[in-house]
Amino acid sequence: MFDWLFVSPAERRLLGAPRFGGPTPWVIAIMSFSIMLIAATGLALASTASLMSQAIESRYTLQVPGGAANMAALLQAVRSSPGVTSVEAVPESDMRQTLERWLGPAAESADLPVPALIDFDASAAANLTALQQRAAAIAPGSQVVAHRDSVGPLLHSLHLLQWVAFGLVVLLSIAASAAVVLAARGALDTHRFTIEVMHGIGATDLQVTHLFQRKILIDALVGSLAGAAAAAVVLLLLASGAALAGELTGGATLGVLDFLVLALLPFALTMLATWVARTAVLRSLRKAL
Amino acid sequence: MAAVAEFDSVGLRYGTGAEVLRDLDFRLRTGSFYFLTGPSGAGKTSLLKLLYLAQRPTRGRIKIFGEELTEASREELPPFRRRIGVVFQDFRLIRHLSAFDNVALPLRVAGASEEDIEGPVREMLAWVGLADRASARPPTLSGGEQQRVAIARAVINRPELLVADEPTGNVDADMANRLMGLFTAMNRLGTTVVVATHDVGLISATPGAQLIRLENGTLVDPTGTLRNPPGAPRGKA
Repeated sequence: MFDWLFVSPAERRLLGAPRFGGPTPWVIAIMSFSIMLIAATGLALASTASLMSQAIESRYTLQVPGGAANMAALLQAVRSSPGVTSVEAVPESDMRQTLERWLGPAAESADLPVPALIDFDASAAANLTALQQRAAAIAPGSQVVAHRDSVGPLLHSLHLLQWVAFGLVVLLSIAASAAVVLAARGALDTHRFTIEVMHGIGATDLQVTHLFQRKILIDALVGSLAGAAAAAVVLLLLASGAALAGELTGGATLGVLDFLVLALLPFALTMLATWVARTAVLRSLRKAL
Repeated sequence: MAAVAEFDSVGLRYGTGAEVLRDLDFRLRTGSFYFLTGPSGAGKTSLLKLLYLAQRPTRGRIKIFGEELTEASREELPPFRRRIGVVFQDFRLIRHLSAFDNVALPLRVAGASEEDIEGPVREMLAWVGLADRASARPPTLSGGEQQRVAIARAVINRPELLVADEPTGNVDADMANRLMGLFTAMNRLGTTVVVATHDVGLISATPGAQLIRLENGTLVDPTGTLRNPPGAPRGKA
């Protein structure tokens, strides 16, 4: 299956050029480095979005515009509603502390009306309309707000960024493949005479391609692994920052599956580059008699 | 006797230029020895290219080893090329390979193992007087030495058809005689030999060889022996 990877010293001598002498491994390394970082970012975004999505899926807030005058009755109304699993009143001090960031000391003024908020989790079986009606009967104007509605745009942006990252990975892979095609064509031009002689004495296109694809595979593998190693160093340096970001987003980090995907990327890039180069070489050879 | 090559109304032009070969009708008998002669520019090298399958005719039909190859696909040609040995006028040796590797190339392309290659290649290099230059690369060899390496490469596979374009142009008379001796010996073993040359001495020193004369892209065959070789069925191939 992998015998095409192994060529005899005599076959290696046919191409003559020194290994890793050209720019191909360097180009692949840069592409691999960029792909790894972008893929890691995309996977982290996906993880963050997933955690956020899970966290807010069943999270709601009861907003009471008039303040906390009937807080006990409202809390009781929410607690007793079917499907509600947990209830927590947001302290007014927390609200004012939050407002202080924008309003300064004025946020502490008693003249500033601050709504009362009750956070609660509810299962899918909960009847939120009935809950809101009960709350409105106690405190008119009360409104149930789903967190997924308010955080929705952020999640949407995160998903969009994931796709952007995925698109960039695809684009960079195509760019790497294009670079390999150019390298393969350059190698064909360099060795055109050798190829003509080989064809003349009965070598098949596959025999000629065999020589090139192994060299390109080695160049691509070395470049991919070097780029991936550099990206791994950068990711490790960013690890502390990533951990902090993870805490801010509820513990989102790269999981085992994510690391597996990242570890496979250099090999996927190598396979893609080799396949593209092999196809390019075969196509070029078909133009000759 | 079977024909190793059959040309039927063959014409060849490069690009949109005039035809360099016109209306070629001939058959090369298996096991015969031919000299291809004619003035410079008559089309000798083009005819040889058609013979060793480096060029397709622009019209007419060509059979090599009894197979119609005029419109054969690229994938069909390599097995036929392996049965043909070619000595190029410009040697066409691979510069970065040693003389040994250049001579061994046809055997390697044919899939021979390294153990099966070593002996015959050394023997062949010794025969052409280059035993001590096996590891030398072509740029370090003289013109004559390069030519001998090219000839060794052409015959190492014991081809059924040997095509040589001015094979003795760069060697001294003694080596020319030795090389022609090699060709003659191969011919006696059944190889059909076609040698393009201007060397009249070479032709006269090879009894039994037949002449193919090209003039201005056409075959001079006044007796019709090329079109209908003795021993072959009458009529066009």
